[in-house]
Amino acid sequence: MDWQAIALTARLAAIVSAILLIISLPFAHWLTFSRRRWTFLIESFVSLPLVLPPTVLGFYLLMSMGSRSPLGRWWMEWTGHPLAFTFEGLVIASAVYSLPFAVQPIATAFALVDPSLREASATLGASGLRTFARVTFPLSIEGVIAGLVLSFAHTVGEFGIVLMVGGNLPGITRTVSISIYDRVQALEYGQANQTALVLLAFSMLVLMTVYGLRRRPWAAAPVT
Amino acid sequence: MRWFVLLVAMLAMLAAESGYGRVSAQARRALTVAAASDLQAALPEVIAKFERESNATVTVSFGSSGNFFAQIQNGAPYDVYLSADIDYPKQLIATGHADASSLYQYARGRLVLWTRKDSGVDISGGLRSLTDARVMRIAIANPRYAPYGRAAEAALRYEKIYDAVRGKLVLGENISQTAQLVDSGNASVGIIALSVAVGPALRARGTYSEIPAMAHPPIDQAAVIVSASARKPLAREFLAYLKRPDISEDLHRFGFTAGR
Repeated sequence: MDWQAIALTARLAAIVSAILLIISLPFAHWLTFSRRRWTFLIESFVSLPLVLPPTVLGFYLLMSMGSRSPLGRWWMEWTGHPLAFTFEGLVIASAVYSLPFAVQPIATAFALVDPSLREASATLGASGLRTFARVTFPLSIEGVIAGLVLSFAHTVGEFGIVLMVGGNLPGITRTVSISIYDRVQALEYGQANQTALVLLAFSMLVLMTVYGLRRRPWAAAPVT
Repeated sequence: MRWFVLLVAMLAMLAAESGYGRVSAQARRALTVAAASDLQAALPEVIAKFERESNATVTVSFGSSGNFFAQIQNGAPYDVYLSADIDYPKQLIATGHADASSLYQYARGRLVLWTRKDSGVDISGGLRSLTDARVMRIAIANPRYAPYGRAAEAALRYEKIYDAVRGKLVLGENISQTAQLVDSGNASVGIIALSVAVGPALRARGTYSEIPAMAHPPIDQAAVIVSASARKPLAREFLAYLKRPDISEDLHRFGFTAGR
């Protein structure tokens, strides 16, 4: 059992889902309530990782992290080491890759909140932020949790991108999926199987959580 | 319904266009080859010649030797397996997945240090240049399962710099990916196959410095015919073709030394 890889993956997924939560709340709010016509363009762009093969993202990330790209050079000057093959590099790559999994459920939940409740809150003199904190957010909590859980799970399940930009460094970029691949490559099927079983159990747990959420145990106030 | 008919008609046209219908007539003369990724540059030319001479169609899949090894053990439909080492083919023979009589060492691989011309790293000093502080990341193939990775690690140990550079090593999944980590500017130097360094993709963009053959155990590369193959006569023809002096010469030109 590769505990080091499991711990690394858990840390990566926790950081990525925390970052994505912070980004997604205002972003999903803007996407849902903005009246601008071109929001669909931004929405499409953010959702690209849903349809693009990870190899496409991995390829672009590899190119943009290398010393031949401005981003890669800037990072190199700033930190003194290349961005690829580092934990930070994986965090950035995973955040891009899992962004739609956080934004979409949250945006959907925001859209489902009865507009009259927000209007009532505004009429009673609450600021936009207060309305968000006291009305929109509490009523969307299941969507927020689903977004958190899905982005965590999606980061755990990431493989193609890590294979392309990770460099397979134990304790830094060797995630669970890479560790399993490694073990299979080295024909150590028994050990691959042990780690794979942990991942299987974890994935089942995640899906049970997400589908369990559909029963709306948090929806305390009757909305309609 | 109209749409369905249209769709079927379009698919039929596509199939006819791509020659799908003709394949069955030629099935007898088709061959599927699984080849180690260090052959990516050399093999297409060698195979094109074989196709012309023997009126056959050869489909090649490039990948890591270890991957193909596991796939063939699990019944992958390849006829010929060109590994980047000789142990995988021997193991396949031992487990009855490949024909013992077909084992042929078609080449010996060579290891080089490779860097992009614009990387600003001087590799003329050979492996010792890896200890230079400007070399931040060194890409090698994964020694756990890639033959060139094992050779690279052995060479680093032979030069007694393995412990000094250990923290800089990043691992590629196969030798092509290892080269690509350097070519994209993410690693400063790579230890790759000469056959990849002199291939059309990298030749113009980088420089290499050969690692002496005595620094690592020889990278003997062998071919075998897969036992489950239904096209053994053509597979044997292909191996006989690989043994021809002019073909060895072609492989030589692409960075391999002679078979034995």
